[in-house]
Amino acid sequence: MTLRTPLRPLTRILKAREHGENPDAIERENLRLRHEAIRDKMRQRAETRLLLLAMCFFAAFVTVGLRMSTLAASEPEEPRIATSGSAILNTRADIVDREGRVLATNLVTNSLYAHPHEIIDPVAAARGLAGIFPDLEEEALLRRFTSDSRFIWLRRYISPEQEQQVHELGEPGLLFGPREMRLYPNGSVAAHILGGAGFGQEAVNAAEVIGVAGVEAQFDEDLRDPARDGAPLELSIDLTVQSAVEQVLAGGMVIMNARGASAVLMDVHTGEIRAMASLPDFDPNARPQPLTEGDQADSPLFNRAVQGVYELGSVFKIFTVAQALNEGLVNPATMVDTTGPLRMSGFSISDFRSYGPSQSVSDVIVHSSNIGTARLAQMMGAERQQRFLEQLGFFQPTLVEMVESRSGRPLLPARWGELTTMTVSYGHGISTSPLHLAAAYASITNGGTLIRPTLLRQDGPQMGERVVSEAVSAQIRDMLRAVVTDGTASFGDVPGYAVGGKTGSADKPRPTGGYFEDRVLSTFASIFPADDPRYVLIVTLDEPEIVALGEARRTAGWTAVPVAAEVIRRVAPLLGIRPEIEPLDGFQLSSASD
Amino acid sequence: MTEMAHGTVVVQSGEAVLPRWWRTVDRVTIGCILALFAIGLLLGFAASPPLAERNGHDPFHYVIRQAAFGGLALAVMVMVSMLTPVQIRRLAVLGFFGAFGALALLPAFGTDYGQGAVRWYSLGFASVQPSEFLKPVFVVFTAWMIAASQEVGGPPGKAVSLVVTITIVGFLAMQPDFGQAALVVFAWCVVYFVAGAPMLLLAGVGALVGVAGSVAYSNSEHFARRIDGFLSAELDPNTQLAYATNAIREGGFFGAGLGEGAVKWTLPDAHTDFIIAVAAEEYGLVLVLVIIALFATIALRAFFRLTKERDPFIRLAGAGLASLLALQAIINMGVAVRLLPAKGMTLPFVSYGGSSLIATGITIGMLLALTRTRPQGEIGDILLSRHR
Repeated sequence: MTLRTPLRPLTRILKAREHGENPDAIERENLRLRHEAIRDKMRQRAETRLLLLAMCFFAAFVTVGLRMSTLAASEPEEPRIATSGSAILNTRADIVDREGRVLATNLVTNSLYAHPHEIIDPVAAARGLAGIFPDLEEEALLRRFTSDSRFIWLRRYISPEQEQQVHELGEPGLLFGPREMRLYPNGSVAAHILGGAGFGQEAVNAAEVIGVAGVEAQFDEDLRDPARDGAPLELSIDLTVQSAVEQVLAGGMVIMNARGASAVLMDVHTGEIRAMASLPDFDPNARPQPLTEGDQADSPLFNRAVQGVYELGSVFKIFTVAQALNEGLVNPATMVDTTGPLRMSGFSISDFRSYGPSQSVSDVIVHSSNIGTARLAQMMGAERQQRFLEQLGFFQPTLVEMVESRSGRPLLPARWGELTTMTVSYGHGISTSPLHLAAAYASITNGGTLIRPTLLRQDGPQMGERVVSEAVSAQIRDMLRAVVTDGTASFGDVPGYAVGGKTGSADKPRPTGGYFEDRVLSTFASIFPADDPRYVLIVTLDEPEIVALGEARRTAGWTAVPVAAEVIRRVAPLLGIRPEIEPLDGFQLSSASD
Repeated sequence: MTEMAHGTVVVQSGEAVLPRWWRTVDRVTIGCILALFAIGLLLGFAASPPLAERNGHDPFHYVIRQAAFGGLALAVMVMVSMLTPVQIRRLAVLGFFGAFGALALLPAFGTDYGQGAVRWYSLGFASVQPSEFLKPVFVVFTAWMIAASQEVGGPPGKAVSLVVTITIVGFLAMQPDFGQAALVVFAWCVVYFVAGAPMLLLAGVGALVGVAGSVAYSNSEHFARRIDGFLSAELDPNTQLAYATNAIREGGFFGAGLGEGAVKWTLPDAHTDFIIAVAAEEYGLVLVLVIIALFATIALRAFFRLTKERDPFIRLAGAGLASLLALQAIINMGVAVRLLPAKGMTLPFVSYGGSSLIATGITIGMLLALTRTRPQGEIGDILLSRHR
């Protein structure tokens, strides 16, 4: 800050010089005066600025104060969760079906523990407890009650009746800790979907409930999130439909002498799974232990519809035909050479029954010709086949919203040569889950747009990418309908619901290599109503065998198809589909003996 | 005659040191400080036992330490407040070089106590955070430099202090400790502002910060997320901030009651950065407003007293120190009520922490020393105006 020296002092210096005085004193005086002037000016400016600063800080303090006041005046919104140390608060959200019916909820109950040093009469206590809980042994209890330990867990949760009985023992050393347990009020209905829950972190006063399988495990964090504020998780399934499917399937499994069965019922437009069952099943309220030996696939915990991957057989033929139609290689009336057996690098492909040297593409499906399908696949080649199957989702796990879906990884052939292309075309050499099949059937019959299966309630149709054209989708529907009216699935017709579908009876592979000749996995992949499908239903039976017309029958037409038909008969009204009483034009209902 | 016979009687030129100190010092500010310290101890009783328990100490371990450090800090404060401005300047400048050296050597000898930022020296029985001590002496140094630059033919103090500021910010950003860095920058700005920075320049800097902020917001996803997270009404209920906000709500106007607060069990920093949340939960809005009023009183009184000050160095240093204290309080409380993005900063004299307490003692001591009433040459003024 340099100020120009005022003129007058300079004249003073000049004058001083004239008078012979020392100008330095005047110089110093001038400097002092200048200093004073600067300081004066600075001080005045600083005064305003200090006041300004004070005002700013005052405003800031007032803002903080006001904000504190508004916060203090508002109600606490966020629920408190887990404080470190004592309480483990538990508010797991309910799970409901699409209509809001409860599938899983919480029940407040108690755990039982003992403080041995407070027990007055260990002998009576041990005897009393052994009487109430038959699986507790009196001697062992007595030994523990008289030991040095100060804390013993007796039961994780007990029923109200048991609680009352323990109360009546009048023993002060037996104590209860509040527990919230997961309750599945419908028992085994939708067991595989729900999975189950168990206790995680445990303390005396509370225990954390955590999902261990199914959607409970998949959405574990969401369900436990306190910010959900108890909003239930809405699944896509319909409890009544699920229950009906399970009931019919269980009956069918017994009649068909099958080892296991599964069913998937899915909306072809939204991908919502309305029902999904796997038998044998279990009660999620008392989840069985996983098998310690043998094949996990035999455990009731195993979800055949999602985790199980199988060679599903002839149901795959429709994909080969759909691709051939979509790529313009053939039309439904094109004749295909079906002279058999078809020999290929040491293997021979033959049909179950021969229907002449050549058939139309439509008849290849209706009569389920392996040779015809293989020839179509040969025309397209491995690469295009792979591309189409990958597009339909057969190369990846379905990733439907349950933890088990990740393990349902399809088994693909290691080498995909010409022979593999031909076998895959009729569903051998590639293993996928029934759920994969349901999604693919939905995709090609709903008008041709890709569907991804989901277990969560959706608001509208999935607008997936196009896999086949509208026209091809319509042709496919006609063929599937014809399979029921004129072909291998004649038992599948349900009056009024125009069922269409494709059968598949796949010989089960031997663990040692090759295939069993007397064990099949029979599958019926159906859509209904066939003219404008709304649902796809996949029914699979594991090793079914019945004796009909004096012969042992294992093929899907005799086993899976009638079960599926019965399922449709039961659930179609529940799903709100009006039966079309008049047969559609151009279709004839065929008799059962056909 | 007597003088000739017995020598000169020793006559004290003025009154005794203590009475003079008591007469000239800002007693209201001292009262406010004592009140804050008492509140801090009271809150320590509530907030620190959970931590003491977790660390396996006696429940009131931290309260006792707080009282010990607080007593020390008060003693330091009183002693410092007895110094003359010139002594303050000399000691502070010496202290500044010491603290600056300590800060610069942190990367080599410091420790991070497992918290990811190297901010402390471990002395065994206690830890020292040099940046806490650097702040007040830095303000004095800056004030000295800028005041000197206003003398005719003075040194280029603004440039020197700016370079020093940038160096310190660099060291702090390396730790990283952006909160302290922001405080240092802000303190420099206040000193420069009071010293008469051109308004146009300040407006320009303000605009530049705004533009830089919006550019960063639109280009950096990380920065945008931080700001969005701060601005959004929704709050992840598992964050410290959410617990703090909730505690203030739980407290309401008159508090949940002594020992009834729950937030101290959940918040790891309940006794330091979020002490205000503990205060709000147990004692309610009333105590929070008292705390705010105490800080506001200290700051505003300092500013008003400084408007009368003639010595530019005293004015600048005083304003800087008062702003430092007030801003730290505002940031600490502003974070708890989500007016400001999360930033760890202690509440002066209330939060637990040895370094923080003693450094605050030094700050207040210097502020008290600088705001003592002294003759301001009003007579000279009158004479000067007549002379003209």
